[in-house]
Amino acid sequence: MRVALIGPPNCGKSTLFNQVAGYKAETGNFSGTTVIFTESRVRVAGEVIELVDLPGTYTLEGGSPAGEQAARYLESRDVDVVINVADATNLAAGLELSLELLPLKKPVILALNMMDEAARLGLKIDGQGLSQELGIPVLPLVASKGRGVKRLFLKTLEVGSGGGKNSHTHLDSENKLKIMEETLKVSVVNEDMAQMDIPMQALYPQILNKPLGSDTSEARHQRAGELVRKFVTQGERRYTWRDGIDDVLLHPVWGYVVLLFVLFLFFQAVYGIGKLTEPPLLALFELLTQGALSPFGAETLLSELVLGVMQGVAAGVAIVLPYLLPFLFGLGFLEDIGYLPRIAFLMDSLMHRIGLHGKAIVPFILGYGCNVPAVMSTRTLEEPRDRYLAAALATLVPCAARLAVVFGLVAFYLGPLLAFGLYLFNLLVIAITGRILSNLMPEDTPGLIMEVPPYRMPTWRNVLSKSWFRVREFVVEAWPLLIVGSAALAVLNYLGLAFILNGLARPVTWIMGLPSETGVPLIFGIFRKELSLIMLGQALGTMDFDTALTSTQMLVYATFVMFYLPCLATMAVLKRELGTKAMIAIAGLTVIIALVSALVVGGMAKIL
Amino acid sequence: VTNLLNVPIGKWARLASVNARLQTRLRQYGLHLGDRVRVLRSAPLGGPLLLEVNGREIALGRGVAEKIFVEVECESR
Repeated sequence: MRVALIGPPNCGKSTLFNQVAGYKAETGNFSGTTVIFTESRVRVAGEVIELVDLPGTYTLEGGSPAGEQAARYLESRDVDVVINVADATNLAAGLELSLELLPLKKPVILALNMMDEAARLGLKIDGQGLSQELGIPVLPLVASKGRGVKRLFLKTLEVGSGGGKNSHTHLDSENKLKIMEETLKVSVVNEDMAQMDIPMQALYPQILNKPLGSDTSEARHQRAGELVRKFVTQGERRYTWRDGIDDVLLHPVWGYVVLLFVLFLFFQAVYGIGKLTEPPLLALFELLTQGALSPFGAETLLSELVLGVMQGVAAGVAIVLPYLLPFLFGLGFLEDIGYLPRIAFLMDSLMHRIGLHGKAIVPFILGYGCNVPAVMSTRTLEEPRDRYLAAALATLVPCAARLAVVFGLVAFYLGPLLAFGLYLFNLLVIAITGRILSNLMPEDTPGLIMEVPPYRMPTWRNVLSKSWFRVREFVVEAWPLLIVGSAALAVLNYLGLAFILNGLARPVTWIMGLPSETGVPLIFGIFRKELSLIMLGQALGTMDFDTALTSTQMLVYATFVMFYLPCLATMAVLKRELGTKAMIAIAGLTVIIALVSALVVGGMAKIL
Repeated sequence: VTNLLNVPIGKWARLASVNARLQTRLRQYGLHLGDRVRVLRSAPLGGPLLLEVNGREIALGRGVAEKIFVEVECESR
């Protein structure tokens, strides 16, 4: 049996999915996080259900990537039951989608999520009336706490096994009656639900005379409005503590102070955790490598190959993951609590200066962790031009691996202040590049339109599953390349072919005034950026870089590494998201930017 | 009838007209002609507006708000 979850963004659809499917989907409080759909097999009462989480959308009409995806899925696959998740606190928007689903002639169950919040807001929803009017079962749900989930899926099974596409008509009248009598009283479990004594009745449709679905979006909007007026008693929106928070967090002055503080704390925490876990993990892999090498003897091709592979594995586990994991976890937390849209709101005017709008801030923040998820997140932007621009700029953001180079070289030898300066310089370069590119690609976009969801306490399950989902992207997309690159390098070293690569890179290293030996680490940095640091020692024949390089050379080298060619994994994602042409164009652009920036930094260093 | 930028903070207004392309885009966010909106906040330095629509909050960039024409209601309720 195939069951599809569909609903507007932020309705808790993915939360529901995670409740039943476990750590397999990505969810977000940020509108449209799930642009790709996620499938999972779940077992309910002995039956296996193929559950698919469709991207959050207000409509199946074309125009938005999410809506098109969802519509295409519903058309192309054989879906037995559609679970329409709606936010009970905002029923009108959810009902519009329901009205669009009804004419599809598939069994639909309407799940009213966030009933606890609705109760807190003093909303009374006549689920029975709604069910009768729409002719579909309507069930209450608090997905974040797992309430109503079991009942929902039992109902789904019942509807789905009713047979094929038109389950309601297969039931005989006696059955119908029985089901009508089955009043689903929502138990009053705790104070959250205290006001929720709404009798909900699951009901199969009588033959209804009036047309259910409506053809145009305007008509559906009207009809949804009518339904809400009829079945929901809604008080005027009250001033709550959430608005109080926004008075500060979206304040013209304090909002930015808090934003800086939050980001500072965030990065501080990430590097704190990373610094704590990196050395022991490196030591562990040192031991493991020794163990793996012992059977092969020294200096043979095989032992070099094993060494290369082990170094690739170690780099992933010990150098990247210690920073990436806390970063993604923290990001998921900020996202689920509802802070990311607020950042987008605050940064909108600044982002307009580089030709984008507020929503494009997400790829930039993600980029500091890893460019791969950063490029992926450009999907949430509606216009192709915005996606292109945001992806190009996001690849210039120094990821955690490049951070290792900047810290290992500049901060360690020349002081943290200079490293910080380099980061500011990076922001400046991104701003200038954005300016130039947006002039070449004139703004044709309406600009920012974004839902700002209410603050919500994140559930651990959601944050964890989202972090896991993104880590998996790194493990699957980037890590294999790290290992292959590392192994290839080992072979190259063994065969003594490094000079060829140095020769190839010589024009670039010569212009920047770098020794020719820096060619190999720069070329292998394309596989993984931290190789540019790790292999620099190998290439120069010393780990004390200040004996082999001048301060200016170190700065120039670090600057070049900060900008040039995105790593292979990022290029693969660029190709997938934007096409080969765009990937080549962006890659070429980064080389030019890197060269110019390195020369500028070198020139400045000489003057000072 | 004026554009959304001219609506004072806290006032209610009714969406009157937008161009076809923007209308499609707004629909994806559940915004329709005839909806009552209230301007909740306005970010400084050319930043976006925060609107309340049907109990939800939606941020609109200034470029967008400029193209949305509304009828301001005389009394804020």
